[in-house]
Amino acid sequence: MPESSTPEPVISMRGATATLGARPVLRGVDLTVHRGEVVALLGANGSGKSTAVRSVIGQVPLTGGTVELFGTPLRRFRQWARVGYVPQRTTAAGGVPATIREVVSSGRLSRTKLGLPGRADREAVDRAIELVGLTDRAKDSVNALSGGQHQRVLIARALASEPEVLIMDEPMAGVDLASQEILATTLREQVAGGATVLLVLHELGALEPLIDRAIVLRDGCVMHDGPPPEAMGQHALPGHDHVHPHAASEPVRTGLLS
Amino acid sequence: MLEFLNPPFMQRALIAAVLVGITAPAIGIYLVQRRQALMGDGIGHVAMTGVGLGFLLSTNPVWMATLVAVAGSVVMELIRWYGRTRGDIALAMLFYGGMAGGVMLINLSDTGSNANLTSFLFGSLSTVSEEDVTAIVVLAAFVVLVTVGLRRQLFAVSQDEEFARVTGLPVRVLNLLVAVTAAVTVTVAMRVVGLLLVSALMVVPVAAAQQISKSFKVTFVLAVVIGTAVTLAGTVTSYYQDVPPGATIVLLAIGAFVVLTALATPLARRRARGSMREAERCTLEVPAARRAKDDVQV
Ligand SMILES: Nc1ncnc2c1ncn2[C@@H]1O[C@H](COP(=O)(O)OP(=O)(O)OP(=O)(O)O)[C@@H](O)[C@H]1O
Ligand SMILES: [Mg+2]
Repeated sequence: MPESSTPEPVISMRGATATLGARPVLRGVDLTVHRGEVVALLGANGSGKSTAVRSVIGQVPLTGGTVELFGTPLRRFRQWARVGYVPQRTTAAGGVPATIREVVSSGRLSRTKLGLPGRADREAVDRAIELVGLTDRAKDSVNALSGGQHQRVLIARALASEPEVLIMDEPMAGVDLASQEILATTLREQVAGGATVLLVLHELGALEPLIDRAIVLRDGCVMHDGPPPEAMGQHALPGHDHVHPHAASEPVRTGLLS
Repeated sequence: MLEFLNPPFMQRALIAAVLVGITAPAIGIYLVQRRQALMGDGIGHVAMTGVGLGFLLSTNPVWMATLVAVAGSVVMELIRWYGRTRGDIALAMLFYGGMAGGVMLINLSDTGSNANLTSFLFGSLSTVSEEDVTAIVVLAAFVVLVTVGLRRQLFAVSQDEEFARVTGLPVRVLNLLVAVTAAVTVTVAMRVVGLLLVSALMVVPVAAAQQISKSFKVTFVLAVVIGTAVTLAGTVTSYYQDVPPGATIVLLAIGAFVVLTALATPLARRRARGSMREAERCTLEVPAARRAKDDVQV
């Protein structure tokens, strides 16, 4: 068990509660990810997956509970280069054209900060682009990409800082099977290299063999925390039979537009 | 031949024009990227109060306008942080209060006149003083330092604010810096283009440049080139033709936008043909298409 091999978990969330617009969205979530683990966060639309993930990285204020990253309380955590974040995809590109390389380079800023990028930084960016199979399009505008390709750019951007933990919100949304295989391979290499992964998924898909553990949310509560559900059709998930009247009408807010 | 270079007031105006042409698009590109294209316009309104104060206190209006515009931009940024819901009402108060206050103050002062007011609203070449040039050079240096020196960080923050926060960048400080730099640019540009048209020079060259570019870097360089070209051309035109420089410059910039937009489609097509070298039509043989041979002579 990974628990015994390392003293402190990479991600540790205890009794987290969060409210968005007067709605309790997280109602006491416990979420722990140990070093080297690959944990999938599952659940129906609107069950609070994105909110949970975003509060792990401090982008949603908690009304209660605690979050620690690498054993440091979030409030005092500063080593952001160790964290690679892939937001849930939005249609929002910036108002000015930008190439894949320019966007992926911004993922390296957690290492270079306010300084100038050196050769190692440029190589890390090239490697990240190569990992998602977009090397031949590195100089193309991100506005000219398909949804799945755009998703791969966001993943490369997270990989650019060579993070120890990858936190990904539906990285496979809109990505075709062939590209899912590429990304699964990429992820496998990252994990083999010691990376820890927390990802929000709707279906385990090509990633299924990689997943060590699954956490299922339903209406802001943890329903299941253990081995990934057996029958991996969407319908096997608890909460899927449950109708969320708000799920379709509420746009997902990732902060890209505000 | 280059007779327009002789009068000292024209030399001063041209120096100011070049600096405006460089700085306005340089900060404008970040405003466009974060879809705050009209922010410069708001700051321009607020700066008017500074101009009025300058007249009333008989100090240099450029420095006073800088002070007030920077304060105004900080307030705008604070409203963006805290006042999400009523934000636009608060901004409207700020903008129109700033403009009205400026007009009032100029009227109250002994030195200010309607002619003065017009020159600040729409720009004027003959009124750029030695002192103004000094102020403009210093302020422009600040703008270039920020927009070029911090381009990677400002790009990241403007592209995806949440992601930038997760990389540990000081996002609030950088946002504030963009706002303050935009305010400073407004006062750099005020003398030549005028407060009401400042925002156009921040936005239009960027919009023109992005018609034919694929990258942020090229857009940046091209926008600055376009900005400098139109401010210089506009300044010289207004020397010979006695037309207001601000309006001339902005119309030229819009002309550049139209021309580049017209060029964009054929250019993109040629570029695609050159770089891809892929057949324009499908070359794969689809079994279903084969079967059609029976009916149709291929
Ligand atoms: N900014 C917001 N203001 C108010 N409510 C919000 C906001 N963002 C999300 N919500 C609500 O919080 C709940 C959880 O949202 P969240 O985005 O975490 O769901 P999710 O599990 O990620 O769903 P999906 O599978 O659609 O991505 C939803 O009911 C949503 O309506
Ligand atoms: Mg989500």
